[in-house]
Amino acid sequence: MSKDDHILEEFTSKEYEHGWYVDFEADEAPKGINEEIIRFISAKKEEPEWLLEWRLKAFRRWTEMTEPDWSNVNYPAIDYQDIKYYSAPKQKEKPKSLDEIDPELLKTFERLGISLNEQKRLTGVAVDAVIDSVSVATTFKETLSELGIIFCSFSEAVQDHPELVKKYLGSVVPANDNYFSALNSAVFSDGSFCYIPKGVRCPMELSTYFRINAANTGQFERTLIVADEGSYVSYLEGCTAPMRDENQLHAAVVEIHAAKDAEVKYSTVQNWYPGNKEGKGGIYNFVTKRAICAGENSKVSWTQVETGSAVTWKYPSCILKGDNSQGEFYSVAVTNNHQQADTGTKMIHIGKNTRSRIVSKGISAGKSQNSYRGQVHVMKRASNARNFSQCDSLLMGDKCGAHTFPYIDVENNSAQVEHEATTSKIGEDQIFYCQQRGIDEESAVALIVNGFAKEVMNKLPMEFAVEAQKLLALTLEGSVG
Amino acid sequence: MLKINNLHASIEGKDILKGINLEIKPGEVHAIMGPNGSGKSTLASVLAGREEYEVTAGSVDYIDKDLLELAPEERAREGIFLAFQYPVEIPGVSTTNFLKTAVNQVREARGLDALDAVSFLKEMKAKMKLVDIDQALLSRALNEGFSGGEKKRNEIFQMAMLEPKLSILDETDSGLDIDALRIVADGVNKLKSDSNATIVVTHYQRLLDYIVPDFVHVLYKGKIVKSGTKELALELEEKGYDWIKEELATA
Ligand SMILES: Nc1ncnc2c1ncn2[C@@H]1O[C@H](COP(=O)(O)OP(=O)(O)OP(=O)(O)O)[C@@H](O)[C@H]1O
Ligand SMILES: [Mg+2]
Repeated sequence: MSKDDHILEEFTSKEYEHGWYVDFEADEAPKGINEEIIRFISAKKEEPEWLLEWRLKAFRRWTEMTEPDWSNVNYPAIDYQDIKYYSAPKQKEKPKSLDEIDPELLKTFERLGISLNEQKRLTGVAVDAVIDSVSVATTFKETLSELGIIFCSFSEAVQDHPELVKKYLGSVVPANDNYFSALNSAVFSDGSFCYIPKGVRCPMELSTYFRINAANTGQFERTLIVADEGSYVSYLEGCTAPMRDENQLHAAVVEIHAAKDAEVKYSTVQNWYPGNKEGKGGIYNFVTKRAICAGENSKVSWTQVETGSAVTWKYPSCILKGDNSQGEFYSVAVTNNHQQADTGTKMIHIGKNTRSRIVSKGISAGKSQNSYRGQVHVMKRASNARNFSQCDSLLMGDKCGAHTFPYIDVENNSAQVEHEATTSKIGEDQIFYCQQRGIDEESAVALIVNGFAKEVMNKLPMEFAVEAQKLLALTLEGSVG
Repeated sequence: MLKINNLHASIEGKDILKGINLEIKPGEVHAIMGPNGSGKSTLASVLAGREEYEVTAGSVDYIDKDLLELAPEERAREGIFLAFQYPVEIPGVSTTNFLKTAVNQVREARGLDALDAVSFLKEMKAKMKLVDIDQALLSRALNEGFSGGEKKRNEIFQMAMLEPKLSILDETDSGLDIDALRIVADGVNKLKSDSNATIVVTHYQRLLDYIVPDFVHVLYKGKIVKSGTKELALELEEKGYDWIKEELATA
């Protein structure tokens, strides 16, 4: 049965379906940010001195920086002193195994369709579940560790593998890279850590599931993936948040290091609460994601399906340092109602014969604004570098906007850079054709949109693809007629 | 099963249909002919429920229902099928997938269970034979890059899958090669029964050799100006439309 059919069958619920929240007893920091709060977070996590210093340094840099305003998004000024930077569901003891986890927490994830029970799960996926500021469970740790794969929460990695964390933390996204990465570096609370040793092909999908639960809380997680020589891993990230009237800030950092001959696939289905139809509430999603193809023949591919958030600011990028290395970016970004998305990628070609491929599909409906912003930079040394970019926009109605901002910067004559862009509208004749065959308007739109996004959807692991298709349909619910 | 009374329709303020009267009974085949721009496709679109056209007067009864009250997809589920003169392309959506969605939504509306993948495929295989269509074509994106003839054949294949009560074929013959014309016509004939009816819009008598009409109507300037049996089509083929225009002028 094809993915499209699935979605149409399951396409029943009408509103943002993850809008509920659970009243956990939480362990929280007071609102506001200052050195004391950072010390508080670091102490909560029993961090080594060097990490506290690293955070403080980032914080001091952050206070000297100003919020970027170059993107094509508008939102009211964020009061950084009105946010809680740490909130953890209270667990009596630190759980030693999955059996000891608070059943309420497990239920919360079950409701999201994510079972943390290893027996119940499809064997193909290991999960790290993060609520607000902490990782609450990681599945299949033992199975993976037999292969030497480390997959755990960031906090655990700091305790158990400090040498790896110290070596790679900030190596791809330096703390002072930008305003939000500096903020994240100062206050990040948890996230996932993953290390694939030399020559190991990770036998299952690794995934992190982020959930913002508490009110007035920012989520600042950090993911660090290190793929050693000749290794392979496919990594998934999913996220949801309750419906709340106030905006909530999510400023994550993801760093990927791919050594010689290593391959990393990183897939995201982003479904943060987008705000209501009038544009009230929703998540501000300001994320820095970057990979370095450090070794020869390494490959990193980013696939993202962005349906949520009130405002998105996100450019998963690849630094193609190793000769013959490859970077890919496949993106579907859907905006409806008052959502704003400014997303794209950067491909920095440093090594020889480096290749990059960008496929971006933007879908705008309602009064939303959807921008693709991409940079292809071929440096002097990068002889025979190749880039192909394809940016397609699909408009629904005439109150929304689609914008494309490609920046191309070539310093080596042997480079070949191609950019193609199209803008189309869902045609009334297409919808009528579907209706004439008995398909209702909403399903027709879902069908057409999924067709438009297919090239990207096909890059997602099967389990995610079904969810992603459903999300596309849900996001566009009520956007025609 | 279909009764059109004094139907007037306009688009962008321009009157196109100016009082159509037509009755179709189960089991009948009606051919509609007429010069370019006379309103044949407009009539087909109005019957199928295209919203751009405004019905300014008249009524259409379809099996005890007021057809004009129904949404386009409801009409389709009630058994109205339009083989488009110009089928649209839907990139990224395979014909198979498209049809599976369509068939199951129609089935649901008719109170039938959705077909699972296996029975759907079986059904497809059977109907593919009927119009001799290639599986490879059906796994490609709907109509995208299809040749003119392939598009038309695909329309009839969809008709076979959806088992309509009233089919409207809008110039399905144009673009078909001689062999394809025969195959497609054969398919249409095999789908014919005492309980369903067909409207065939065409410019050429040739198609009517294969799909033999019970009645032939001439649509001119938004009105049916002449009706007859299949001999009328032969006469038109021979003499063109001028004599009808003259008849009208002197009347
Ligand atoms: N959107 C529109 N705006 C203005 N005029 C239109 C529009 N659509 C159709 N028409 C006009 O309506 C008239 C009838 O068109 P229609 O397509 O029904 O003709 P037809 O009989 O099917 O012709 P053909 O034999 O060429 O297919 C034509 O003059 C056409 O230009
Ligand atoms: Mg026509």
